[in-house]
Amino acid sequence: MNAQVQAAVPVHEHHRDDVGTKIGMWLFLFTELILFGGLFIVYAVYRFKHPAEFQLAAKELDTFVGTANTIILLTSSLTVAMSITSIQEGRKRLSMLLVALTILLALAFLVNKYFEWSHKFSLGLYPQSPELLNKPQGEILYFGLYYVMTGLHALHVIIGMIVLAFMVVFIARGTINQRSFVKLEAGGLYWHLVDIIWIFLFPLFYLLH
Amino acid sequence: MSKPHDSHTEEKSHTVSYGNLVLIWLGLLALTGITVALSGFSIGRWVIITALTIASVKSLLVMNVFMHLRFEDRMFRVFVSVALLTLAIFLTLTFFDYAFY
Repeated sequence: MNAQVQAAVPVHEHHRDDVGTKIGMWLFLFTELILFGGLFIVYAVYRFKHPAEFQLAAKELDTFVGTANTIILLTSSLTVAMSITSIQEGRKRLSMLLVALTILLALAFLVNKYFEWSHKFSLGLYPQSPELLNKPQGEILYFGLYYVMTGLHALHVIIGMIVLAFMVVFIARGTINQRSFVKLEAGGLYWHLVDIIWIFLFPLFYLLH
Repeated sequence: MSKPHDSHTEEKSHTVSYGNLVLIWLGLLALTGITVALSGFSIGRWVIITALTIASVKSLLVMNVFMHLRFEDRMFRVFVSVALLTLAIFLTLTFFDYAFY
């Protein structure tokens, strides 16, 4: 009986469960949702307690830089989604190019973030700075949350770039190919999550005034 | 839409055309433009309501099309709804301590 079942399964076929892989990835994304969700709840409570100070502090942020970074991340989500379409069509080089482009866009996002934070630092607006400690409680909380939430998000962007770099290698080696691309889908899902978190961070920090 | 369950469930993915992906992207950019433009007008509490509504619409577009949720088994959408509902419960219960007492 057992031998019959064994014989029915071709030995050369590697066991695969693409739906299972994607469920696993989504479950991981839910833990990320709760991680950021907790911070969003902290934000909601402090904003509720200090509405005027949050609005005043938000004026310090540059809407232009925030908007530029939003456009960059939305575009990077497009390129990674297109890379899945192209691998499904068997266009390997195009797929690699699109993932590489996604990594470049992620880098552009971080460069913007670097200049944005440096500018804030030069104005003396960083955690525990004497400038900031002289401000009202609500503004201190706003900047604390700003640095923690955009910082944690930026960390996710860096991890996403590393994940996507692996995807380029996998496509190049043929581990990801037209018949088997669930790894690229999982990597893409992670990247889209990073985009969605930013979709909420952007209005909450930059568009409050 | 029942799926055959073999020992190895191979990919039978839906391919989203480049055109549709670009269309969604244009929609996302348009919504970004709208939310930035609206933030210019100070309309009290509506600022936060409109901003969060637009952000939610953008997230739904990303999840449904870019993350292929529309084309997956219904089970995926149920899972996502449960996760979002859990977060909503956390948020509501937290506010019982601050707003609705």
